[in-house]
Amino acid sequence: MRLVMREALLSFRRSPALSALSVTTIAFALFVFGLFALTALNLRNALTQVEERVEIVMYLMRGTPVEAATMAIGDIESFPEVSTVTFVTEDQALDRARRELVELQGVFDDLSANPLPASLEIRLAPGYRDVTHVRAVAERLRGFRFAEDIRFGDDWVTKLDRLRNVAGAVGFVIGGAFAVAAVIIIGTTIRMSVMHRSREIEIMRLVGATDGFIRRPFLVDGAIKGSLGGTIAIGLCYAAFVLLANNVLQGSFFSTQQATLLVLAGMALGLAASSLSVGRHLRKI
Amino acid sequence: MIRFDGVFKAYPKGVLALKEVTFHLAKGEFVFLTGHSGAGKSTVLRLVYAEELPTSGEVRVSGFSTARLMRREVPRLRRRIGIVFQDFRLLEDRTAEENVAFALEVTGARRSIIAPKATRVLAQVGLAAKSQAYPRELSGGEQQRVAIARALVNDPPVLLADEPTGNLDERASRGVFQLLRDINANGTAVVMATHDLDIVRQTNYRVIELQDGAVVFDSAVDEPERGRAVR
Repeated sequence: MRLVMREALLSFRRSPALSALSVTTIAFALFVFGLFALTALNLRNALTQVEERVEIVMYLMRGTPVEAATMAIGDIESFPEVSTVTFVTEDQALDRARRELVELQGVFDDLSANPLPASLEIRLAPGYRDVTHVRAVAERLRGFRFAEDIRFGDDWVTKLDRLRNVAGAVGFVIGGAFAVAAVIIIGTTIRMSVMHRSREIEIMRLVGATDGFIRRPFLVDGAIKGSLGGTIAIGLCYAAFVLLANNVLQGSFFSTQQATLLVLAGMALGLAASSLSVGRHLRKI
Repeated sequence: MIRFDGVFKAYPKGVLALKEVTFHLAKGEFVFLTGHSGAGKSTVLRLVYAEELPTSGEVRVSGFSTARLMRREVPRLRRRIGIVFQDFRLLEDRTAEENVAFALEVTGARRSIIAPKATRVLAQVGLAAKSQAYPRELSGGEQQRVAIARALVNDPPVLLADEPTGNLDERASRGVFQLLRDINANGTAVVMATHDLDIVRQTNYRVIELQDGAVVFDSAVDEPERGRAVR
């Protein structure tokens, strides 16, 4: 292992310019991908925040006993799609209306009786906030005999669905393209550095080195370059994020796990590219 | 030690590099492979160190046979063969000693024996004083001596030399050839491909001449009185 590490590190010392070029190329390939991932991540966060507002309101018939409403809450909470159910009494509904609709304050003051019905506000669990599930839950709620009306903003949920689908498809296509470009660039870069050492590989084989012996320093070399490139890419992404967050928009950066994943992806790509390039070279000679 | 039995070697597009080549090299023997460029000398050597496999026929080297040779056995075969080329094939960014040590390192030799052994072999080829020099700091003859030291460091029973004097002036050629003779005198079989007939005529070593891929002369068969090496 000592020999493998020594040989891998020697390659940096022997051709520092090529090694620096490889690391820089890998860093920029991953930086572009990382920027896209960061944009996608923030877009997803924004969508999730909007999704959290998806809600079904079941208005109850006047005079519905509290016990019946409480039992219904238990039933509805047991639906797999449902996250929380909140019971809003007639008085709470009026209080809320007074608070939120300040411009109608005079109208509320003139009321002799509370015209607002009690309701159940049902929030859905993540993954069930699309139009199909919302409609299915609404349909089931209609089965309660004291349900006066069910509202969920069909139009709004449908638009949200479309936005989510478009964002997903665009993310998949563009993200995929960036990922493929990064893989190709990293593969080519590592291949260049392997080709640069083809004479060394040839000599190693002539003096009786096994394929594994030849391969190992290149794998370590590829992994180091990939990791370094990934780390620099994270640094560049952070610099870009700070620049944008300070001047243009608010957002969130990668979590430690996501950042580690990008570095690991760089390492894995470096490793895989080295393995393929050396393998091809070993077969060729 | 080395046995070729009815070996044919054809390349894609139908080029026939070797035609029914048959010969046997005994332990400790010195043999010249001669012939014009393209006669098949290098192909014979490449078949010996399993860089290529015969299209038909069998090559046996030091207990290995091409008929049963697995890819993973090739490194073990090569550790039993020393190889020297016309262009030296040294690693330019390593010193003479590191080039020699490298051949030991790939075999997984213990660290404690690598440096002393590399030093000893460099002394054997007359380069003890230049062990820390890089190839670019050495003359052609000296570089070839480093290559020979590297070929010898694993104590192979056979040394292959493909035009080892082809890039050297007359004086350096004589020195390198004398070194190969000394190595042979110590019991290592030597196969030397050359088209330098002056060198061939200097000695009474066995000569195998190739022409268009076929053996046209083998002194061990055609001139038995020449067949044994004069050491």
